[in-house]
This record gives sequence, C-alpha cells and structure tokens, in this order.
Amino acid sequence: MTNIDELIENFEYFDSWEEKYQYVIDLGHQLEPLEDEYKTDEWKVQGCQSQVWLVPQINNGIYHFKGDSDAILVKGIISIVLMIYNDKNAEQIKSIDVAKIFAKLGLEENLTPSRRNGMLSMVKKIRQYAGA
Amino acid sequence: MYDVYEIRKDFPLLAQKFNHKPFAYLDTSASAQKPQIVLDALVKTYTQNYANPHRGAYYLADMMTEEYEKARETVRQFINAKSAEEIVFTRNATESINLVASVWGTQNLHTGDEVLISQAEHHANLVPWQQICQKTGAKFVIFKVTDTGDFDMADFADKLSSRTKIVAISAMSNVLGTLFPVNEIIRIAHKQGAKVLVDACQFAVHHQIDVQNADCDFLAFSAHKTYGPTGIGVLYGKAEILRSMPPYQYGGDMVDTVTFEQTTFADIPARFEAGTPAGVQAIGMAQGLKYMQKLGLDNIVAHEQNLVEYTFARFKELQGLKVIGTSAHKGGVFCFDFKGIHPQDLSFVLNKENVFIRTGHHCAQPIVNRMGYTSLARASFGLYTTKEDIDMLIDALKKAEKFFA
Repeated sequence: MTNIDELIENFEYFDSWEEKYQYVIDLGHQLEPLEDEYKTDEWKVQGCQSQVWLVPQINNGIYHFKGDSDAILVKGIISIVLMIYNDKNAEQIKSIDVAKIFAKLGLEENLTPSRRNGMLSMVKKIRQYAGA
Repeated sequence: MYDVYEIRKDFPLLAQKFNHKPFAYLDTSASAQKPQIVLDALVKTYTQNYANPHRGAYYLADMMTEEYEKARETVRQFINAKSAEEIVFTRNATESINLVASVWGTQNLHTGDEVLISQAEHHANLVPWQQICQKTGAKFVIFKVTDTGDFDMADFADKLSSRTKIVAISAMSNVLGTLFPVNEIIRIAHKQGAKVLVDACQFAVHHQIDVQNADCDFLAFSAHKTYGPTGIGVLYGKAEILRSMPPYQYGGDMVDTVTFEQTTFADIPARFEAGTPAGVQAIGMAQGLKYMQKLGLDNIVAHEQNLVEYTFARFKELQGLKVIGTSAHKGGVFCFDFKGIHPQDLSFVLNKENVFIRTGHHCAQPIVNRMGYTSLARASFGLYTTKEDIDMLIDALKKAEKFFA
C-alpha cells in the first residue's frame, strides 16, 4: 500500500476530476476488507447518505481501523482516510491535520459538512476513539 | 400551453452558470425555484409596507394586515375553500400535519380507535400519526402500495373500518410520482365515518386542488414547493372541524381576553396562529400561487406530462435503468436505479456535469424499503423544466455508466 506522501505525489499528475476519482475508486478496491459480521448498525457511522462502517482495533496503544461503504467513491475516500490514520498512536492521531492533507490531494470537497458523504463524521469518530 | 423558454426568464436563478456551464435543476420536488414576482413581493413588502400584521392600528400595520389577509384569500381561491377562515398559515406542511395530529388527535383518538395511512407516506405524514397513536393508545394501521406504486385499494378497503377515525394520505408520492385516487379514498372513508387529511405537498406543485369537490377534512401544503418562499405553509380544515379544536400553541393574537386567571381564545383561523405570523412570506406565497394560476394549472400539468413521456422515451436508451414507480397515473417525479450504481456515486458524477438531482431515502424510508431499496436517485420536474434538462440528465447518466464501468 502506498503511503500518504506518495499519494499526494500521484495526485499531482491528474488534470481532470475524472482521472482523480478513477484513482480514488481504484484505492477503494485495494481497501482492506471488512468482514460482513461488522456491517451492522452497531458499527455504522451516522450522518451518511450511503452506509459507512468503521471498526477500531487497538493493540499496545496503536490504532488500526477497518472500514467500508456501499458507495464506491466513499469506499475510495475511506481508504485514504485510513491510510492517513492507521497504525498510529493516540497522540499522532490527534496531531494529524486531515483537512490539510485532503486539500493537498485536491479532495477537500469530500470533507465539507455539506457533502454529507459522512467522511467528516468518520474522521470525528476516529478522533473520538483516540480520545481527541 | 406556454413557452417554457420564455417563462424561464422569470426565474433569475435558472440563468446562473456553475463552473461556467448551464445546469439542470431536477429537484423541484424538494423545493422549487422562485419567479422574480415572488422575490419582488418580498423586497417590496420589506421596503414599503412592513409592520407586524394584526397588531397595530396605524397606516403601515393596517396595510400589512390587509396584505396578509389578501394572501389568505388567494390561498382560499387557489384550493377553492368555502371561506378564508378555513386557511391557517403555518411554518410548513409538516407543521400543518403536526397540528392536526397533535390537536385533533389528542381530542379525538382513544384506545380502540385507528389511524390509517398508506405505505407511501412521507415521514411528515407518518411520524406525527405514529407518535399520537402511541400517546393516545390508538392503533396505527398501514395499507399497502402495489409494485407499480399504486394504492392497493383492496387492502385499503380491508384496513378501513368503523374504528378508523382518520385516514391520512398523500395526493402524490414524492418517491413514486403516483397521483393517488384521493377523491375515491375520501368518499369511501367518509362512508365509514372517518375524517381524511390530504398531504398535497407534491400535488400542489402540479395540479389544481379543489377541497370542496374532494370534500377532504384537512389538507396541507407548503409555499416553497409552489414557487413561493420558505417558512410558510398552509393547513386547510373544514370550518366546523377547526372550530371544534383547541389551540395548538399559545401566545399573541390567538387570544380573545387574557387575565391571570384564564384566557379565552380567538376564533379560527387566528386561534391557530400564535405569535407574529410570517406575513411577508404569506404575501410572497400568494404571488407564487398567482404566478401558477397565470400560467394555468392545466398548462402546467400538460407541460409536465409531456416531460414524463419524453423521460420514459429517453430512459429506454439506457440499459439497466429501472424506474421505481410506474403507475399509469404518474407525474413528474422519477426515482430510479441505474445498474445498481449507488445513488450517491451517481449524483457525484451528475453534480460534476451540473445535473442536480436528489439522492437518499427522500424522507420516506418505508416506501423506499418497500420498493426494495435503501437509497434512490430522483429527478423531479417543475413548470420550468425543459427537454434539454432531461437531455443533460441522460448524457450525465451515460457518463456515469462509463465512469463506473
């Protein structure tokens, strides 16, 4: 899996939203699968037009999240969000400026409250798990 | 018939460009764009006539009161109510229905009684009834909708009984687009002694309402869908029923006399209009209705029926597109599934192409689920919608198909 700096570099080559979001869809295909048993209301992120699930695992203070969505663009965005937050400790999670990273990727429209794709709620939830 | 390209000039927002491109507004079912005449009425009132209606006895207040009551008369005429006292101004249709469920429901529903609604109701005509049933002990009963999106009239007849105190139905579905046989429902329900409330939010956008001919007991609709401003809606109720009901909320102008010991309440409709009314919005609403009347309700229906036929014809080009709601009596509301592409994904691409549609559960989760979905894409039309708007939709859908292939 690519890391976030490589991702930002890759995104610089895209001229159109079509290319950019095709790549987002591809990233969704590479998302670590979430087992169906977790696709329940208990793990659902509220406030999304599509169904979004987020499941945390904490090992020795290191957070690892799995997520999924039934909308494929959202799934792609989830893979980026998790690339940003996964396998970090609480302090690292708290210090991440996700809006800045999304702006660098040119994907900031996905984090606006008006989009209602639930990514903002997902980020909030991740930060909550980390006690931020 | 009117020239749609001419009348579009009355809607300043429709001339806007986004990303330097024109756009297709296909979400009139959610809220309609406003003609200049409505916008002018709002500005004119605030700049020339403004005061609090029904409060002062000076020139401006009188003028405002007069305009407010003229607006009520315009609404009366629009729905052909017997008298203007049967028109209560509310915040929106949702508040209108809540008022009836809460006030009439509390007064008239008891254990053993039943409230009957259809499976196709918007949450606004579902949750207030569900909640008042829970409070009063009445039974909440639902009659079915068929696979084509029509009322299952046999099921309606089965579920209706002498225990049914009120039937609450939509005149046109915001999901299926079906124009329901409201007059027939009312006739049958009345035979059983049940009252009938009609949610006319979608119907009022396209069709002539005649409450006397329909003989409904209550009817609700919102101004923002009939090309008027937000913040105001209407509750129609037969005078004798409204008069038998106690107030909904308490405050200014809805009282007759107040002492610290007791209060007597004003007659209808003031009894139900506690607090400063949305006077400016009422004036704007009246202009929206007049605008529709000037075009002619029959012409609006004819225009939209042409678009419905055109849409069905063009949808045939798209393999794997399924329209949800295929009643023979269908207006300009198209929910659809396209090759299983998630509606949110679909609308993302459509938005990039400046095609603005609604996605989600449309505040009517039970009917979306009944038709086999959790989320749907919806294109809906207004009196200003053109074939070119639909062409843009088809092109954008083709693009989405390629994008998600």
